[in-house]
Amino acid sequence: MVDETTLSLAIVAGYLVVALAIGLLAYRLTDRNAEDYYLASRSMGTVVLLFTTFATLLSAFTFFGGPNLAYSAGPEWILVMGAMDGIVFAVLWYVIGYKQWLVGREHGYVTLGEMLGDRFGSASLRGLIAVVSLVWLFPYVMLQQVGAGQALAGLTGGALPYWAGAALITVFMVAYVVLSGLRGVAWTDTLQGLFMLGIVWVAVGWVLTAAGGAGTIADSLASSNPEFLALGGGLYSPQWMIAQAVVIAFGVTMFPQVNQRFFVADSAETLKRSFALWPVAVLLLFVPAFLLGTWAAGLGVEVPAGSNVLPALLTEYTPVWFAALVVAGAMAAMMSSSDSMLLSGSSYLTRDLYRPFVAPGASDAREGWVARVGVAVFATLTFVASLFAAEGATELSFLVTLGDTAFGGYAQLTIPVLLALYWGGTTRTGIVAGVTAGQVAYLAHVLVSEVQFAGTTWLGATYHTWDYALWCMLLGLAVTVGVSRATAHSVGEDAAKFGVGAD
Amino acid sequence: MTRNRTDYLWVAAFAALVAFAVPWFLWRDATVVAGLPVWLWWHVGWMALASVVFYGFTRGAWDRGIDREVLRRG
Repeated sequence: MVDETTLSLAIVAGYLVVALAIGLLAYRLTDRNAEDYYLASRSMGTVVLLFTTFATLLSAFTFFGGPNLAYSAGPEWILVMGAMDGIVFAVLWYVIGYKQWLVGREHGYVTLGEMLGDRFGSASLRGLIAVVSLVWLFPYVMLQQVGAGQALAGLTGGALPYWAGAALITVFMVAYVVLSGLRGVAWTDTLQGLFMLGIVWVAVGWVLTAAGGAGTIADSLASSNPEFLALGGGLYSPQWMIAQAVVIAFGVTMFPQVNQRFFVADSAETLKRSFALWPVAVLLLFVPAFLLGTWAAGLGVEVPAGSNVLPALLTEYTPVWFAALVVAGAMAAMMSSSDSMLLSGSSYLTRDLYRPFVAPGASDAREGWVARVGVAVFATLTFVASLFAAEGATELSFLVTLGDTAFGGYAQLTIPVLLALYWGGTTRTGIVAGVTAGQVAYLAHVLVSEVQFAGTTWLGATYHTWDYALWCMLLGLAVTVGVSRATAHSVGEDAAKFGVGAD
Repeated sequence: MTRNRTDYLWVAAFAALVAFAVPWFLWRDATVVAGLPVWLWWHVGWMALASVVFYGFTRGAWDRGIDREVLRRG
């Protein structure tokens, strides 16, 4: 009998090698120019686009944060997820994504900042969008590395220390991202997406069989956590659920790695198919993942402080090799979001900051080279940050909190971008003011603790029971519209580039 | 950009899909059917319905409200 730790490590290592091999295969097909590196020459078909966007959305949250939440507060998060990713995001996929695809194909855009900068004739706006995006991307990538380190440390019972696990994942990811660009990322994402989907359903089957079926588990839930079966209650108020669904769905569209996906489809047919399949994909993945967390509560699974419910549940109900496979699945989830984030982050860095502000005359080849260095530097910095973050962070809700903050930060970009895409009256000053106001207000709420002033609590979690992120979005809307109304169009603005007539 | 009645019907359909993604009328309901709460079964059905509606949109209504023609000319 092979030692359990060795077996687990072998499974994870085997998985990493397969991912790397796919990256290498893609490398052989990759041209050296920037558009191919970042966008795979806008040639993506339905299956790959669907899976790469989907896998990109998934993160440590699907396997750890989410099930933990379902374990501690009940399974209603499934509904939030469905409303958010299944429906609101799908609608935005059309309203923002399809429009961006049309505009991007017309004018050859690679990044969001490039698109807006060109429309408003402003390099500063382009830089602003890139800086804002990178500020939120950094903690999110770090979060993935924290998750990977914890997962490997947990799987091996500490034999592989936290830092080594995070380092291992980082090195593999950087290797295939640097080599193969979006094509490699998209192919590995497809593998990772299929793998996760398969593994989570097998886990459900296994736990159900071992525990005597869903009915039996529901009975024990009814006595152990009766609140879990009733819709709502506890953490889940209507205001909270709506705010989460709206903020996260809007935020997702502006995440660099998701937003850049809007440019890569090979045809409108691809976007249509992905759009229609979206709710079903969400259903197939999140229902089982979060049910497992809920069931763990009904089955009385104990989760040690600082660890996650899913591994604890599987250790109790499935063989060691299967638990290791699931941790490999979680690893896949983290890598598939981080690899895309690294690639997109580096494209924002090189195209929207390096090229316009540092080296306007850089050749295409040089830009491609800087992009690869950018990936490695970005990953190294987030890795170092994750080592510090891990020391102070034992709380279970840590992953959720950090993740939510980044989504809210991106959500502040969405409304100004929507206005720019559809309202010819948007002015350069208006969008810059709107983006800045949203970011400043949101960051103040995230970073500054609440104060009492004039009989009201300011910078608290909610106003009138609604999440501050929503209010900041409204502020961004009001400021973009108000300032656009009050200012004239600047020289160099061209609303016709987005197909909207200027007022 | 002019909008016709069909545009508004689609907006209404999408709004309904969003609004009832959470079955508010089952709030605090804890009825279990086949091992899962009824509201979870609603979720399963609703996501399937959303997929069908979205498919219908891609077949008959794609390009609505998007200024595609203007974009081409522009």
